[in-house]
Amino acid sequence: MSKPSKKILLKGNEVLSQAAINAGCGFFAGYPITPQNEVPEYLSKALPEAGGIFIQAESEIAAINMLFGASASGVRCMTSSSSPGVSLKQEGISYIAAAELPCVIVNMQRGGPGLGNIRAAQGDYFQSVKGGGHGDYRLIVLAPSTLQEIYELTMNAFDYADHYRNPVLILGDGILGQMAEPVELTKYRPIVDLPEKDFVLDGCKGRERRVIKTLLLQPAEALIEFNEYLKKKYAGIESELKLCQKYRCDDADLVVAAYGITARIAEGAVDMARDKGLKVGLIRPITLWPFPDEDFRAVAEQAKKLLVVEMSNGQMIEDVKLSIECSRPVEFYGTGGGWYPTSEKIMEKIESVYE
Amino acid sequence: MQFKRPKTIKDTQTHYCPGCGHGIVHRLVAEVIDELGLREKTIGTAPVGCSVLLYNYFDCDIIECAHGRPPAVATAIKRCQPDKVVFTYQGDGDIAAIGTAELIHAANRGENITAIFVNNAIYGMTGGQMAPTTLIGQKTTTTQNGRDRKKQGPPLKVCELLASLEGVAYLQRVAVSTAKDVIIAKKAIKKAFQNQLDGKGYSLVEVLSMCPTDWKVTPKQAVDFVNNEMKAAFPLGVYKDV
Ligand SMILES: Cc1ncc(C[n+]2csc(CCOP(=O)(O)OP(=O)(O)O)c2C)c(N)n1
Ligand code: SF4
Repeated sequence: MSKPSKKILLKGNEVLSQAAINAGCGFFAGYPITPQNEVPEYLSKALPEAGGIFIQAESEIAAINMLFGASASGVRCMTSSSSPGVSLKQEGISYIAAAELPCVIVNMQRGGPGLGNIRAAQGDYFQSVKGGGHGDYRLIVLAPSTLQEIYELTMNAFDYADHYRNPVLILGDGILGQMAEPVELTKYRPIVDLPEKDFVLDGCKGRERRVIKTLLLQPAEALIEFNEYLKKKYAGIESELKLCQKYRCDDADLVVAAYGITARIAEGAVDMARDKGLKVGLIRPITLWPFPDEDFRAVAEQAKKLLVVEMSNGQMIEDVKLSIECSRPVEFYGTGGGWYPTSEKIMEKIESVYE
Repeated sequence: MQFKRPKTIKDTQTHYCPGCGHGIVHRLVAEVIDELGLREKTIGTAPVGCSVLLYNYFDCDIIECAHGRPPAVATAIKRCQPDKVVFTYQGDGDIAAIGTAELIHAANRGENITAIFVNNAIYGMTGGQMAPTTLIGQKTTTTQNGRDRKKQGPPLKVCELLASLEGVAYLQRVAVSTAKDVIIAKKAIKKAFQNQLDGKGYSLVEVLSMCPTDWKVTPKQAVDFVNNEMKAAFPLGVYKDV
């Protein structure tokens, strides 16, 4: 008989922080912003105790640039923020993506635009998956929906970052960051192979000196070639790393699509619908980039209709429509402005669009 | 006496204009790295500005940073690798305009790094716009009638500004416009590196430097401008040494 699992009660932000430590994160820099403050608070104590480095930066700009330096030093590193702060990080994210430095960035989204509010939201989908900074780059974007999944995906995020030499964004929200639930802190095990870090700047003792740079002036084609190379790298990630979960989709006439905490709320609505005899399922992308388009296409073959639910006025819906090439009608239910939808409201919407 | 190339400088032509001060400052930094035997444990940061390509000239590990962010990048490298030697090299726009916050906070935290700040009173790379350190009355492409104290404020004095910060270990303003100045500049740079080896904290050397191209003068006139105008506005000397 297997041993009973040892679960402990933690907040999402704390789970994420502990996962980072367990995955060997050795450097964190961040700037306070609600609703992610528990991350720097937790790590300010626990990370140095685990032998890592914690810096409260003077701004989100400084924090992301500190990651640039930490990653160049070969250290697993993470920064965390919420929407307005993540906007400030975009310049640095573009440089890190261009320099192909691994790191993990956390966005516990809050209401926007502007200063918005401090409630949970999903208004940063476009910024996260379409590239909030300048240039032709991609982030791997992971969207957990439970605290157990925050724990696992955060550890995985460090592996993906190292494996693909690419920044990874964990896209959560104020609810996931603030809610508490029991989590089993399983042992960290790498899920992909981790290449040797042959880019690290640690002094050129016994080797040629190394340069990390993103300016490509000469020859004139250098930047074209580099972008071609990136395109191939991103295509490789797309072919390998599309994660998705389906729930009661097999015979579904209507499939609800949602990510993160919204998917969890939508699951409740799906169960209500099933109780009433409606054939409704749920599809939940776990990677928002790469977007699990094949899974969506497969679901759309069976379903007559899709219903996208987001804590925004409609962002992921564009990728859903693109994925299924508009082969089915796609309905939408969203709550912008830092409010979450309830299962009851989603159920109402399901009933109104169900045929 | 033989005039040899420092080991830390690559055997290549630079892209700097004739009479530019960057080449002299590069050489001094490289000589100091050689003399202290640090080449194989040094990580330099390149700024955005005319010296962005310094990795083409320095034969040591270099990371090129976003405009103004070298102090944040250097902070992390030094914290992650305290046994290595980390230096920043920044122009006036990089350090005293877009990167002011990163500068002040790295300095105030007392990060144990060495900062070389090349003050040429102008934005060199982008073609001669006003810098935070542009002198009153100095004509640039964005102050075509000369910098006006009432509109653009007075030139920002980095050494004076940082002198009040407790975390800072060493501040000296030098020039590279006369042979004597170059000798003093080298001593200051050496001290700023030695301080790092001794764990003293943030050390910055501000170097008044020539930009004949964007000042639209000859190299000789550029040297005169540093000696006559810049030294008056930015007095040379040690601003802090703890
Ligand atoms: C975010 C950003 N803004 C503006 C620029 C354009 N830019 C490049 S160099 C530079 C000014 C550099 O001047 P300075 O730091 O004084 O160095 P110098 O070229 O004089 O050595 C500017 C504004 C940039 N590269 N990035
Ligand atoms: S523009 Fe000025 S700072 Fe830039 S290389 Fe030429 S002389 Fe030097």
